[in-house]
Amino acid sequence: MTELKTELKEKIIEILNLEDISISDIDDNDALFGDGLGLDSIDALELIVMLDKDFGIQLTDPKEGKEIFKSISVLAAYIDAHRSK
Amino acid sequence: MKQNVYIQSYCHIKNHSVSLNGNTVFYSDDTEFPSFIKSAAIHLETNYPKFYKMDNLSKLAFLAADILLKENNPYSDKTDNIAIVLSNKSSSLDTDRKHQISISDKENYYPSPSIFVYTLPNICMGEISIKHQLHSENTFLIFDKFNAKHLHINAEFLLKNNKADEVLCGWVDFDDKNYEAFLYLVSENGNIAHLPEEIEHLYHIK
Repeated sequence: MTELKTELKEKIIEILNLEDISISDIDDNDALFGDGLGLDSIDALELIVMLDKDFGIQLTDPKEGKEIFKSISVLAAYIDAHRSK
Repeated sequence: MKQNVYIQSYCHIKNHSVSLNGNTVFYSDDTEFPSFIKSAAIHLETNYPKFYKMDNLSKLAFLAADILLKENNPYSDKTDNIAIVLSNKSSSLDTDRKHQISISDKENYYPSPSIFVYTLPNICMGEISIKHQLHSENTFLIFDKFNAKHLHINAEFLLKNNKADEVLCGWVDFDDKNYEAFLYLVSENGNIAHLPEEIEHLYHIK
């Protein structure tokens, strides 16, 4: 799980072009949206594409995303339970 | 109705250099646009994390606009009434191509939302408006080449019909590795007459 969390942080920094943020800056329980990393709605769409492309997870219910993208810990646990890649 | 309006200030970004009112404010030996524009944004204290998420055209327009608006309206209470009239030749072609690549392989079909949102040239005006809280008129025009006459007509109409207090005008073009921004602010302040020949002259300043 620790490896997956690190992988997710790397992907998020790269895919979302988070300048001047390193893996160590992101706590496993930091909020990804709002006051945490400050991601926006387009970032959320990029994360949904990432889940499909890299982990074979297709989100069909937008409400599901709100819960899944709460933090790196929550996201990693969801991927671990549902991944097909 | 505003009687006399002027070109208050102008900014060029081209040939890996940034100038304000004809004076170089940043120069880099780096000929690659991504690293050049990043260095320029840091040097000119843009301090805007979302800058790094923008496409090339928006970065170019945003930085030139930010320099002009910070220079001229640091404490203004009417900054939300600055209209924007921009133009170019290549529209959003640079980003359109990137989007096309992302959808060309049907077996690996993952279009990127953050690329797709920039597949219109006028998005760069939205980025400027968000940062500077502008709730104003905006227009993006496509021409074969820089067209001072049309920019002049549009700005005069907006100002003389009280549609805006100031107008941010210019040319911002990006295609392949070629880039050029020439933005200028038209207002009731300044010394340069707002005339097509003056706009043309300033555009050609090296």
